Amino acid sequence: MTRGRGWERITLVLSEEQIIAALKRGDERAFVQLVERHQSLMLRVARRYVRSGAVAEEVVQETWLGVLNGIERFEGRASLKTWIFRILTNRALTRAEREGRMVPFSSIGDDDDDGPAVDPDRFRPAGDRWPGGWKSFPPSWDTLPEERLLARETLSFVGEAIAELPERQHLVIVLRDVEGWSAEEVCQSLEISEANQRVLLHRARSKVRRCLESYLDPEPALT
Amino acid sequence: MSSERTITCQELTEVLTDYLEGVMSREDRARFDAHLELCDGCVNYVSQMRQTIRAVHELPVAEVEATVPDDVLAAFRAWKRGDPV
Repeated sequence: MTRGRGWERITLVLSEEQIIAALKRGDERAFVQLVERHQSLMLRVARRYVRSGAVAEEVVQETWLGVLNGIERFEGRASLKTWIFRILTNRALTRAEREGRMVPFSSIGDDDDDGPAVDPDRFRPAGDRWPGGWKSFPPSWDTLPEERLLARETLSFVGEAIAELPERQHLVIVLRDVEGWSAEEVCQSLEISEANQRVLLHRARSKVRRCLESYLDPEPALT
Repeated sequence: MSSERTITCQELTEVLTDYLEGVMSREDRARFDAHLELCDGCVNYVSQMRQTIRAVHELPVAEVEATVPDDVLAAFRAWKRGDPV
């Protein structure tokens, strides 16, 4: 389908309502389009739960079976996308538990008690004239050349920083900031509260900023 | 500002996501903005965070897969025929 001429592709891209209706009718093209659209992200998400790529593929496959078996009862209270990802994360969790793996969304606290957004040493101590104020200001990145921040090398560093985040922080920042999902979509897909989603996003972003800072400015002043 | 209490730079770094997500109370938001008016360090910090988000956003999204695994397609066809899948 990707090689189709422009007009073919445009007419083939269906809205979510159209896909749901077509799927209920048993339209294979609609199903294929749905799989193509989500498969690769589903694999990426499943991979954070289970031990191997092969198992992740099985989880994704099981998810599609779940979608087919459930589409008749799908009421559209969540979007189709979040409904699919919720099935995915549930299957992945079940699978991970069976594997006896420490899994991200069932164990509380694995990455909940993380440190502060910024190293406390960067701030003035209690008893100082301005307690909690910067010892020295973080530098502005506005003067960095655009090419530096968005250079391939910088981005690959950012990608590594994200890959190393604890599972839940990783999933939230990938869905929100890489894939551009809304907070609501992430909460529904991962079955977490809005407050929880925000805490995870905060930790993830703060950590990536710290990594980026150490990359762009290896020795932040501490005086 | 209605409240005398101000926030410190350190506190600001911990509530920045609430600020960027637009979920702060009006009062907290006013405090946050008032702090930024006076603190170039935090202006830089907020800007660094925005740049970080922008860089993350530049990472490649998951690609559209042009192939559907055979097993998945076979399952679909079975489902369509009414076979248990």
